[in-house]
Amino acid sequence: MTINASGWKPEMTAEQGDAPATHTGNRTLMLEEPLIFEIAGPDTTGVDFADAPAAGGDRLGGLARTAPIGLPGLSEPEAVRHYTRLSRQNYAIDLGLFPLGSCTMKHNPRLNEKMARLPGFADVHPLQPVDTVQGALEVIRQLAHWLVTLTGMSSVAMSPKAGAHGELCGILAIKAALAARGDGDRRVILVPESAHGTNPATAAFAGFAVEDIPATADGRVDADALIARLGPDVAGVMITNPNTCGLFERDLRAISDAVHSAGGYVYCDGANFNAIVGRVRPGDLGVDAMHINLHKTFSTPHGGGGPGSGPVVFSEALAPFAPLPFVEDRDGHLVLVEEENAEDHHAQSFGRMVAFHGQMGMFTRALTYILSHGADGLAQVSGDAVLNANYVLRSLEGVLDAPFAGVGPCMHEALFSDHGLADGFSTLDVAKGLIDEGFHPMTVYFPLVVHGAMLVEPTETESKAALDQFVGALRSVAERARAGDRSLKTAPHFAPRARLDETRAARKPVLVWREPDLAQAAE
Amino acid sequence: MRYLPLTQPDRDAMLSVIGVSSVDDLFVDVPEAARLSGPIAGLANHASELAVERHMTALARRNTVAGEVPFFLGCGAYRHHVPASVDHLIQRGEYLTAYTPYQPEIAQGTLQMLFEFQTQVARLLGTDVANASMYDGSTACWEAIGMARRITRRGRAILSGGLHPHYVSVAKTMAKYTGDLLDTRVPALSADTDISDLIAAIDDDTSCVVVQYPDILGRVADLSELAAACHARKALLIAVVTEPVALGALKSPGEMDADIVVGEGQSLGVGLQFGGPYVGLFGCKDKYVRQMPGRLCGETVDADGRRGFVLTLSTREQHIRREKATSNICTNSGLCALAFSIHVTLLGERGLRDLAAINHAAACAAAERLAQVPGIELVTPAFFNEFTLKLPVEARPAVRTLAERGVLAGVSLGRLYPGEDALANGLVVAVTETTTPEDVEALATALEEVLA
Repeated sequence: MTINASGWKPEMTAEQGDAPATHTGNRTLMLEEPLIFEIAGPDTTGVDFADAPAAGGDRLGGLARTAPIGLPGLSEPEAVRHYTRLSRQNYAIDLGLFPLGSCTMKHNPRLNEKMARLPGFADVHPLQPVDTVQGALEVIRQLAHWLVTLTGMSSVAMSPKAGAHGELCGILAIKAALAARGDGDRRVILVPESAHGTNPATAAFAGFAVEDIPATADGRVDADALIARLGPDVAGVMITNPNTCGLFERDLRAISDAVHSAGGYVYCDGANFNAIVGRVRPGDLGVDAMHINLHKTFSTPHGGGGPGSGPVVFSEALAPFAPLPFVEDRDGHLVLVEEENAEDHHAQSFGRMVAFHGQMGMFTRALTYILSHGADGLAQVSGDAVLNANYVLRSLEGVLDAPFAGVGPCMHEALFSDHGLADGFSTLDVAKGLIDEGFHPMTVYFPLVVHGAMLVEPTETESKAALDQFVGALRSVAERARAGDRSLKTAPHFAPRARLDETRAARKPVLVWREPDLAQAAE
Repeated sequence: MRYLPLTQPDRDAMLSVIGVSSVDDLFVDVPEAARLSGPIAGLANHASELAVERHMTALARRNTVAGEVPFFLGCGAYRHHVPASVDHLIQRGEYLTAYTPYQPEIAQGTLQMLFEFQTQVARLLGTDVANASMYDGSTACWEAIGMARRITRRGRAILSGGLHPHYVSVAKTMAKYTGDLLDTRVPALSADTDISDLIAAIDDDTSCVVVQYPDILGRVADLSELAAACHARKALLIAVVTEPVALGALKSPGEMDADIVVGEGQSLGVGLQFGGPYVGLFGCKDKYVRQMPGRLCGETVDADGRRGFVLTLSTREQHIRREKATSNICTNSGLCALAFSIHVTLLGERGLRDLAAINHAAACAAAERLAQVPGIELVTPAFFNEFTLKLPVEARPAVRTLAERGVLAGVSLGRLYPGEDALANGLVVAVTETTTPEDVEALATALEEVLA
């Protein structure tokens, strides 16, 4: 089997068990790194100040902190080394294909980073007089324009801080719209079984009762069941399109029409908008609100778990209820519309969701990305994303069970199940085996509608060679799992850590470091 | 297109493996009526780095850069010097382009960093534990109110007038949907905080009292008595810190027995960025940890007995609990948490105390100078690095006039509390280690001229 483009394959000369123990615990470039609290000192610092703190000037109201804080410091070289050594224990897109389905780990262009760091964006205070931040407001206005245009919607709320926060924004707008027309008794939100966990959590937070809608055998929401459930108690539906099985919800337009005639609203989870950007506009499918994860579709970095950014586009019906603040062009002068100047036509806004105006640093990155790709590039993005996913789907035929492959192509992600793995072997074993092959695993055990789900999203920023290498690795691991290769049960073997004991972590949580004697005393 | 590696021959070869003739055939499930017939209206085709850089740079130039003028804004976002190594390290691809650490064997870098972050935050806030970050201070504050409701099973929260008005607005928005009752008030333009008023307002339905420290006017006040009053009625004390550098000089809220301490971590490592992304800090007493929102990183061992870290207690979270989760939060602010943590590590105890002392000394000197401007009165005798002046005129137009003269003078209370006439003359001035004596002199002189 070809391991890489050149055909070179490393020779494994010794089993891992025969390798000698090292004094440091390091294995060449795999470096162990203690916690800062174990290596740093209370008087060490990596920051020099020009002036010694001036004497006098005590206006602290008798509240000076006297007890030690317990924050050890490192000199700059020590700090740089600490964080560099730690970084090497992470997998990242910059290292290779990161096929987390529904999470969309695509390349993060460095021009985005450079633009976000321009002092005119990075060193500007959110409460500066608006005359001094016209360029920042113009970034928000331009990005808002393109988000509305790309989705075919009526308006956009820019302030939500992440996708789940955007969901909340959309659901609160629905709640506000219902209340405004005296229809506040609608208490039920319908959510397909395949939905992200944030959907039911969001609906429940807003005080709605969540009812599951089953999936059909071909991986779509059961439109008949959904439409049959509509009635005067239903506030709306939350539906993901393309859905988390990687399939386009063909019936969404019909569902939307039915929901609207029954007096409800359609919330679309836009987590997978990257599959259709530049080709399909959710506004044409009857969607009333949809959040857009800028870190998924528009390439802002995931950063090991945020920051995200979740602008929400709205239909005309929900636009009046969008949260404050937003940017408006008033005779060529950009203004921030806040509580004081919302005036009559924004009087129905449901309020403010965050301090200040949203994730500006993500807006600059996303706008940079949209302008870089342009109209032709964005359509190519979704085309290549879908092409790559289908290539993976077909290339693994016969090795991994793909429950919906028989009904047609997938969109941007390929879904497999654990069917056919040897007894006692699970999706988790396949995932951990992939780690040894040098890949981050796919999304596992999600969506819940498929047993032992493995959801592979390669994204458009992978080359064919990278896909071939990944397919080869996954094929090999899957074959081992089908054959009952016991070594998979203890994988990963070559990672910085073997499988971690999550039960122990949860049973007796250790969430902060304590000095060893204190930690012992606490036991 | 530089971000798309597939060549046309690649695409053709892949299409033949799949068994379709064009990419459009892969979109067969999209109804014809829903497909765009042409390119996106008005959007140009792809552009070079140079062209995009020109476009963005032109927009950036239209903003007044804080570092290029005498600058005194605070009120929830502060301008501090961030060491160069912070931004270098957070741009390492292994941090920047990693995902949430759901596969801990290959995410120990992020996980160990989060464990260190949690420890640093807990120590700074004076709490037993802290989580792996929230979106920002305002959302952390609201989440704390919700957490107090779950713990006490009561729904009335009392919010101090010293709490940032945007934080109050966020809480009001959310409370409309959760049914929490919020007892809110507006600050007085005076030296006195509303602590005695808050104590008097606590009753047996009170879930929590929320107080900011230092508060929106920059005032500092001992929270011990308030904490005791809360606990006497089985309510919780939530303290909000929007300027974490202050905790290098001031007693922590945890030391004064606050139950939940939340904060905005932007001051350390993150930068102003026109309001985001920032990083929410969230700490609490040990006994409440299972009611916390957000991600938590915990220590454990691997199959070979080596120490390692994992995300833990996820049975509180939406991806496991779905509609029964403690919060719907998913993504948090991992990279900003890293920046915060690196900055704190570089400072260490000594550096943070020095930084705080420099901030306080500079603010004291500035307050004294500005109070000498005829007609100006220093409202806040006790403060850390931010204080409030009472001008003889409305502050909001004065701030605009000063901006036209190239001085960003501070945040007018008229901007934060439009319509509150009693606050209209208030100007909140923040002074940090980045503020020079010349900046202060420029502000004082400009104020003298404008007020003359």
